[in-house]
Amino acid sequence: MKHIDEYRDSALVRPLVDELKNSLTRPVRLMEVCGTHTMSIFRSGIRTILPEGMEIVSGPGCPVCVTSASHMDVFIQMAELDHVRVAIFGDLFRVPGSNGSLANASSRGAKVDVVYSPMDGLELARKNPDDLVVFLGVGFETTTPGIGATILAAAREDIDNFCVFSTHKVIPGPLEALMGDPELKINALLCPGHVSAIIGAGAYQPLVDKFGLACVVAGFEPADLLKGLILLARQVSSGKPQVENIYPRVVSWEGNRRAQAMLEEIFEPVDMEWRGLGMLPRSGLAIRDKYARFDAEKRLDITVIKVEEPKGCLCGAILKGRNTPPECPLFKSRCTPAMPIGPCMVSSEGTCAAYYKYGQDS
Amino acid sequence: MSDKTILLDHGSGGLASQELIRSLFLKYLDNEVLRGLEDSAVLTNQAGNLVFTTDSYVVDPLFFPGGDIGKLAVHGTINDLAMRGGRPLCLSLGLILEEGLALDELEKIIISVAEASSSSGVPIVTGDTKVVPKGKADKCFINTSGIGLVDPALSLSSKNGKAGDVVILSGSMGDHGITIMTRRAGIALEGNLRSDTAPLHRLVERVLTGFPSAVRTFRDPTRGGVATTLNEIAEASGLCIELEEERLPIKAEVRAACEILGLEPLYLANEGKCLAVVDGEAADDIVSLMRDTDEGREAVIIGRLTAGKAGRVLINTPIGGARVVTPLHGEPLPRIC
Amino acid sequence: MCLAVPMKVEQVEGNPEDFTSEQLATVNLDGISKKVRLDVVDRWPEVGDYVIVHAGFAIHSLVEEEAKKNIELIKELASHMPEELLLGGDGS
Repeated sequence: MKHIDEYRDSALVRPLVDELKNSLTRPVRLMEVCGTHTMSIFRSGIRTILPEGMEIVSGPGCPVCVTSASHMDVFIQMAELDHVRVAIFGDLFRVPGSNGSLANASSRGAKVDVVYSPMDGLELARKNPDDLVVFLGVGFETTTPGIGATILAAAREDIDNFCVFSTHKVIPGPLEALMGDPELKINALLCPGHVSAIIGAGAYQPLVDKFGLACVVAGFEPADLLKGLILLARQVSSGKPQVENIYPRVVSWEGNRRAQAMLEEIFEPVDMEWRGLGMLPRSGLAIRDKYARFDAEKRLDITVIKVEEPKGCLCGAILKGRNTPPECPLFKSRCTPAMPIGPCMVSSEGTCAAYYKYGQDS
Repeated sequence: MSDKTILLDHGSGGLASQELIRSLFLKYLDNEVLRGLEDSAVLTNQAGNLVFTTDSYVVDPLFFPGGDIGKLAVHGTINDLAMRGGRPLCLSLGLILEEGLALDELEKIIISVAEASSSSGVPIVTGDTKVVPKGKADKCFINTSGIGLVDPALSLSSKNGKAGDVVILSGSMGDHGITIMTRRAGIALEGNLRSDTAPLHRLVERVLTGFPSAVRTFRDPTRGGVATTLNEIAEASGLCIELEEERLPIKAEVRAACEILGLEPLYLANEGKCLAVVDGEAADDIVSLMRDTDEGREAVIIGRLTAGKAGRVLINTPIGGARVVTPLHGEPLPRIC
Repeated sequence: MCLAVPMKVEQVEGNPEDFTSEQLATVNLDGISKKVRLDVVDRWPEVGDYVIVHAGFAIHSLVEEEAKKNIELIKELASHMPEELLLGGDGS
């Protein structure tokens, strides 16, 4: 696989492992905020060769996992309506709301279709004219432009039985809010690779300016990850934080202007609730009035009822790196991978899920 | 046959049922025992321990590149017998059909069952057909049960693993699972993906003949994939299994489809492959023997059993790190995160 | 939410200026082919180019020089790392 295999090649990768050890002269406590980074760090086995003095904290980077229980409940509610068919990314299928998941709803007869692309959701609408197809929109800036394009396609073709429920979220604002927390002892940020393809590496400059945070945009293959960690270590050692881009084959400073324009055309910023973190201002995207016809929230006249966070859930603090899973009263007792409560356990590689599976050893 | 679809009458046991049996089942599956159309088949004068297994097949779609539900039903049950070292003797064929199923489709399935049965040398000696009203079943469900014979001296089991044993995989992984997954509407991908459904009893027989005491167990990694089966073996043996990521045999197109959909080949079903846990000393020779067979031509050593954390499966990654391979909780689904 | 793969463009349909045209590319990765949308790709690809595909959409067209630069940057050892290569267009 071209543009993938080269970055997995042992010849390229092995020297980087040593280089990482040599680059670390001051302690680095870095956060990664991309669910795919969480998965690829785990897959590559990097955690087991991380040098002493470098710590990786998993932040709120998996958009499925930070989908609030309130939103999950609405998703399930819609799926159970007659003549409604929900189309979802596979990631959403087992995420629990306050009372079960879409998988449970499906077993009770709700029409839930797993699709690869929102355009497949539009195709479902064409094939099932008697159903209203609702595409459950989750995802950061990597995904949202495609949902926007799908709405435009539906508009062009005048497809009446298709709409989107947007719980799409954005990265830069929430990151700034997170990094502004004085208790957060993070000195480096591994910036998401594909979100950055859309928003551009320049989006992280404010984090350098305001907080002196070391920032590196990196890809997902072992060589990309290792080099990203090396550059972060060097920035911390030199005391000269900046935004570095070690993923130039995909990411530029300005990002993808066409996709940004699509976001601007279809969506507008709104306050949105993040599981474990509460309501974050201007952290979500809502469909503009111009496209209200394709907005499930308006068409089905849905009111999102706020669900209380389960008492004791420490996800918020864990996502900020302030606490570890064993310090959460729900960990292992009420909150397990089979019955997860907060995003740290919902994500199969979230901090709590990882602790649960592997304990402290590797 | 005058009707073009399956009707409730076909499952009622009356004339319509008998017409179906004669014109379809006996036409393709004919053998001395089945021809008798008795309530049961009697198997005479067998020597050894009996191996007995059952499996049901509900795959959707019914037909896919590399096979169909009929082939799967024959091979799958033969393989379950073979994994315990059994020499398959015969199979039963139970069908539950949805009213309205096209007779053409049923005929294609039966022809496939017949071909798989005859080329494997394992006859269908008894069967049953039921028809349920439209909507109460998904087109066609098949159950096959199998009986085989096994040498009483042989006692293959997942519990037999010892530290130092080697894990062999008879060929590429994930082929069947990814083929079925990409036939689903909404997840369709074009490409040369094919199910690997195949009978393994001949491969097993050759290995056991050549190395009667070197094999601890065979297991076929079907649902849940190699990862789940290895976890079961590690648990049963009370040992740790260490895999080498770079040794895992995965076809290029399977790897590509998995990359696109966010799936892991280790968790995808295989229908024509087996894992063998064997004495480390004999491993290389066993691999050579396997490679000399059709079914095992891509056999490779993928890991070994160690005295590490009991029940754990680890994989050593190309960067020199490691990660734990946990068993599957539920069906693998495409992801975007 | 970042799972995306580089795939080779084999065919391109539609007109980047005309949004009523179906903007599609047929892409291939090791024998697996798919039609993906070009509505949000940054640069209109040509046959032979690689695009990064996420959820059925091309989100970026790869430029061969950038790919080469990426490998070089990763290979460069600490002492030889030219800082200008890493900083963005705005510089700092």
